Amino acid sequence: MKNMKQNILLLIIFCCFSYTVWGQKTFPKNGVYDHREGLYAFVNATIHKSPNQTLENATLIIKDGKIENVGNGISVPQDAIIHDMAGKHIYPSFIEMDSNYGMPAPQAAGERPQFQPQMLSNKQGAYIWNEALKPEFNAYEVFKANDEKAKELRTIGFGTVLSHQQDGISRGSSTLVTLGTGKEHEIILKDKVSHQLSFSKGTSTQNYPSSLMGGIALIRQTYYDAQWYKTEGKKEEYNISLEAWNDLNQLPQIFTIRDRLEILRASKIGKEFGQTYIFRGNGDEYMRLKEIKSTGSPLIIPVDFPAAYDVTDPFDAMQVSLSDMKHWELAPTNLARLQAAGISFALTTAKLKSKADFLKNIKKAIKNGFSEKDALAALTTIPAKLMKVENIVGTLDRGKVANFIVTDKPIFEEKAVIHQNWIKGEGFVLKEFSKEAPIGEGVYNLGVGKKSYRLEIIINDNKPSFTIKENDSTDIKVKYAYHNEIISLSFKDKDKLVRLSGTAKNAVASGKGYNHLGEWVSWKISPTRALVEKEEKKEEEKKEEKEENKLGEVTYPFLPYGWTEKPTAKTTLIKNATVWTNEKEGILENTDVLLSNGKITQVGKDIKTRADVTIDGTGKHVTSGIIDEHAHIAISRGVNEGTQYSSAEVSIADVINSEDVNIYRNLAGGVVAAQLLHGSANPIGGQSGIVKFRWGFSPEEMKLKEASPFIKFALGENVKQSNWGDNYRNRFPQTRMGVEEVYDDHFTRAKEYGKLKRSGKPYRKDLEMETLLEIIEKKRFITCHSYVQSEINMLMKVAERHGFTLNTFTHILEGYKVADKMKEHGAGGSTFSDWWAYKYEVIDAIPFNAAILNKLGVITALNSDDAEMSRRLNQEAAKGVMYGGMTEEDAWKMVTLNPAILLHLDKTMGSIKTGKDADIVLWSDNPLSIYAQAEKTFVDGIQFYDKDEDIKMRQEIAQERNRLIQKMIGEKEGGGTTQAPSMKFQQHYHCDHIDDEMGEQHNHEHHDHSEH
Amino acid sequence: MKYIISIIIIFFAASHISLAQQTPAKKQTKSILIQNGTAHLGNGKKIENSLIAFENGKLTVIGDATRTKIDATKFSTIIDASGKHIYPGFIAMNTQIGLKEIDAVRATNDDWEVGGINPSVRALIAYNTDSRVTPTIRSNGVMMAQIVPRGGLITGQSSVMKLDGWNWEDAQYKADNGIHVNWPSPFNRSGWWAAPGPITKNENYDKHIQTIKDYLKEAKAYAQKSNPETTNLKFEAMKGLFDGSKKLYIRVDFAKSIMEAVLMAKEYNITPVIVGGKDSWQITDFLKEHKVAIVLGNTQSLPVREYDDIDQPFKTPKILEEAGVTYSFSMNGAWEQRNLVFQAGQAASYGLDYEAAIKGLTLNAAKVLGIDDTTGSLEEGKDATLIIVKGDVLDMRTCVVEKAFIQGAEIDLDNKQKALSRKFSEKYGIDIKNDEK
Repeated sequence: MKNMKQNILLLIIFCCFSYTVWGQKTFPKNGVYDHREGLYAFVNATIHKSPNQTLENATLIIKDGKIENVGNGISVPQDAIIHDMAGKHIYPSFIEMDSNYGMPAPQAAGERPQFQPQMLSNKQGAYIWNEALKPEFNAYEVFKANDEKAKELRTIGFGTVLSHQQDGISRGSSTLVTLGTGKEHEIILKDKVSHQLSFSKGTSTQNYPSSLMGGIALIRQTYYDAQWYKTEGKKEEYNISLEAWNDLNQLPQIFTIRDRLEILRASKIGKEFGQTYIFRGNGDEYMRLKEIKSTGSPLIIPVDFPAAYDVTDPFDAMQVSLSDMKHWELAPTNLARLQAAGISFALTTAKLKSKADFLKNIKKAIKNGFSEKDALAALTTIPAKLMKVENIVGTLDRGKVANFIVTDKPIFEEKAVIHQNWIKGEGFVLKEFSKEAPIGEGVYNLGVGKKSYRLEIIINDNKPSFTIKENDSTDIKVKYAYHNEIISLSFKDKDKLVRLSGTAKNAVASGKGYNHLGEWVSWKISPTRALVEKEEKKEEEKKEEKEENKLGEVTYPFLPYGWTEKPTAKTTLIKNATVWTNEKEGILENTDVLLSNGKITQVGKDIKTRADVTIDGTGKHVTSGIIDEHAHIAISRGVNEGTQYSSAEVSIADVINSEDVNIYRNLAGGVVAAQLLHGSANPIGGQSGIVKFRWGFSPEEMKLKEASPFIKFALGENVKQSNWGDNYRNRFPQTRMGVEEVYDDHFTRAKEYGKLKRSGKPYRKDLEMETLLEIIEKKRFITCHSYVQSEINMLMKVAERHGFTLNTFTHILEGYKVADKMKEHGAGGSTFSDWWAYKYEVIDAIPFNAAILNKLGVITALNSDDAEMSRRLNQEAAKGVMYGGMTEEDAWKMVTLNPAILLHLDKTMGSIKTGKDADIVLWSDNPLSIYAQAEKTFVDGIQFYDKDEDIKMRQEIAQERNRLIQKMIGEKEGGGTTQAPSMKFQQHYHCDHIDDEMGEQHNHEHHDHSEH
Repeated sequence: MKYIISIIIIFFAASHISLAQQTPAKKQTKSILIQNGTAHLGNGKKIENSLIAFENGKLTVIGDATRTKIDATKFSTIIDASGKHIYPGFIAMNTQIGLKEIDAVRATNDDWEVGGINPSVRALIAYNTDSRVTPTIRSNGVMMAQIVPRGGLITGQSSVMKLDGWNWEDAQYKADNGIHVNWPSPFNRSGWWAAPGPITKNENYDKHIQTIKDYLKEAKAYAQKSNPETTNLKFEAMKGLFDGSKKLYIRVDFAKSIMEAVLMAKEYNITPVIVGGKDSWQITDFLKEHKVAIVLGNTQSLPVREYDDIDQPFKTPKILEEAGVTYSFSMNGAWEQRNLVFQAGQAASYGLDYEAAIKGLTLNAAKVLGIDDTTGSLEEGKDATLIIVKGDVLDMRTCVVEKAFIQGAEIDLDNKQKALSRKFSEKYGIDIKNDEK
């Protein structure tokens, strides 16, 4: 019963007080025609026409759901229904750009077959091959208004929503709708507004793409396919999706991403095809502001600021990462920083757990320096402009849709209340004016007869509470009622009831009543001086608060050990060290090395040149930096696109993750560069990303521009799914025999593709074939994951048949069995020092492999394939001495010069020679010894690691954590919401890591065994 | 005929390159004296110019040649260890040596039994003395191992094995003296890594701990019965925990969990050993106060947290040592144990005293295992289980294990990998050092 009552109440409060559901003109009518034109005048209001224009004491006239007129001193038509808005503010209502309002729940086109790959889309009809691409989907076709959802957004000031189906990589077109009630015919403002894209597969059950790099390749290929389709493809086939794609290409492109780096990645795709995407961001943009600014892309930014962690328990507190702590503090500054950088952005409620936090969080951002004007623009004019609908919504100008809100105070003021939300002329009352207090907050004098009381009024959530303060310790609660300007008060004075009634208007109340002695007396509420004082005090408090709110600094990357000031190359002279040149000079004692302008400029005895920094190298060793030929760190969202047996079109270079602490840890192990490799789940893997460990720099800046392009191939158990369990026996190839076929087939097709391409005839640009053609044309080189001798031999023969040389065999644990053949072919080997017995194909692996290969003249390197081992590659090199009796110089070359040769970088890297890059490590001891520690690591002459600095940074990290923990505890004690501490897990990839990184759910297909 | 000849040829070729398995050593019959070497006793002490003698498998003399005089003629074998180092044989803790041959081949794995609570399961009987992996580990100085079943909450019983023997009976050093528990993790990964949904608390954490506690309670009650009507083999296996003949090894890393685990064991008067203990450095006072030993997981590993000191795992042993906590080194897996020594080497590089590092591979492990009265250090009366190394055993730059003895019997340090190296060196006509033989 109580529920029923409540519902009725709600119905009364929230129902619209204007009749605005105009019947559909084309529809038949059952009853008498009842047209009303909805002519309203809102007078005496402060009207915020746009973020730049505010009119005091102005009038707004609307008719038939549109703005008829707005301004000062305009005449109100006689037949208008007038709303007196004295003291009230009118704003254009907000526009939400990222919503699935009115969309049905996405559904998969079918089921994924068990234990075998789903190669094609399950969607029936003349659609594109990949199920994650749905350009043909039109939101307006399935849009269905939903008042419950609409109300949630109306309540916080929204009137217009851009809605799309949040499913897939291409999500089709979005539609612009109002949050009004009634028929969809009136609610839809514009049918197709934007093309929506993302890096998420959504409901697609198709295997491809399973990685972010696969998603990137898929989008690129689709652009090419659509181009081809426009001119040539159409002659061969009809394709609903490609038709739609080309159509959507004319609209604004809105791309939903998951983090700051994805903005950079997607933006690159856009640039390739002449599109500047609008990004639905993540709220962490301030961590890579400069790079994001340079994309020129506008953004749509969520305001889901994280709650403080409950860090009262010190052990629990340890589990919270520094980045999460810092983000808690800095997330509310994101908007101000974006604004200061001059980036244009809209705001969205997306990602908020509770929509009710939306305005609260914007106000928090405003406290952190974001301007109110920009906030309003980000909610009105900017979204309208980004969607190219500024002629329809966004400001209160004549002819636009009558979408506006009415508030009691400027909207971003602390206690502002949105009272009404008018949508296309349909008014929704969110909070009745009459429920308000007639008298504002403050301290008053309440005179009852001859007695005076000190009365405090506090208003919370539009509800006033009255308290009488007898002295500092005694509060008397005053019961209060206010209806139709009649006010009644009652309270107890020394157990005797005082009852008063009267009128209240414009902050003055007076009337008659019984005092505590039961006498019939007059009473009056009037302001006291205390009221004024209190206001002043508040202002002061605010100021103090601002000063106290000291913030931590943004570090690059946004991780522990990041820097705040970009490091630069200094002229550096290392004196009197033992220098391992890797050149014919060998190991030089008591030698100096001079680094300037990022290069090694002098090696010799007693160099006199003046330097910015001079380092005493006495008793220490200087070497060129370690290069890891095979690493999987610093990669985002998936190391394998193993869903097809060839994924030559994907590239690790597209998904380099500059925000991985393992980069720093590697520098501390003397590693300066690495080939970041695709995994080994398929015979033809993906392209490599070759980087220098320029810690804190952006992914683009980390790339080694001069590096030759490489690609990962793989042989053996991983590609034939041997260790996936008995159920995985369907994907081709399942044997080493089939693996050879994959290669022969692909290279044959690539050759034919090249022939067609050169012929001048029209052809469909195929990113996979382009890559393979590069291999045949000796413009791209192969690093091949390999173990047993038969397959190594096979691949060399395939290469010879197709006219190229296999550059590197990686892992190559049975290389020693065919070392002579490798030498003859010209292939190099990049192996593990002593791993074996983790799978059948490594049963004959021996730790003498590297020594034997080296002895036969094969260029031999040692690699890590492991985030932990990579920082001790110097020790792995020493195992060449331990197991094969290699000379120390030869052993050392296996982690420096030889990988440089294998990666074609030896012209600039890999040895200490005048003119080469200043990629230098200063070691405490012989670098092959377990007792050696890197003390300083330079990349391009920039010192990225220094042992003493590291110790300092540890202290700073501890201090920063302590400061943030204190602040969080303060927040908790101040009644702020907190969340339970949680741990940040880091993914460490290996070769055969094959989780689906593109799905909404994590599809675990990973297997415990054979990690390499 | 042709067939037979080719078989003979193959046989000869094979024996020449010795791809066959190594033969278990014969019992020591002659007395042996090692002189002039630097002895690292395993108990934290070192003798620069040492005299080490053993007979019938036992050490008879451990002395300093500058002070002790000995009649060398009394010994049938004299080994000159000038410039070399002598260490007690190393003990691999918490490993699957002999239980796991090739990780990815299921048929070769006998380390993971089905069922959540398996105290009666015994690693001992699955131990494969003929594993091709074991000799490669021995070649790097590991002479004994604690072999441990994995999987479930209570994974089973471990035994201490000598890494040489004809069968598991004769390889056993101490049978069934540990019960192993996997402590639940306090955290669960929700969502997935690229969109890490909040990593949440493991809601079942308390429940799983309660399961272990309840089980201990029942097992203890059972242990009180002098003559149970129905024999419960699982509870029978648990009995040793309560009379002190077995220790409870608890696999746990987070500090809070370690404390919870220790307090639980103490409640039942059980001796706990913490296995893993990544965060043990945070609670050294607690560990010392409760006299808890740690079987420390890989030293050569990444820090737990992003903001941790980048060398935290490297220096944890030093922190434990200085705080007076007893710990031994260990390493995950089976074949990986060839690198066990470098777990200690890494710690020595990061400030741990050298002899303390050796102690963490020898006497401390023996103490944890309860076998320190007979082995684990070079002391008179103890087993003559030792290795002779050219160079520093903890440093791959110089380490060459030249000789090894288990209870006085000289171990064949050859292995399949050395044989393959010889085979192919011969094919190519090159000379590759493989210190064998």
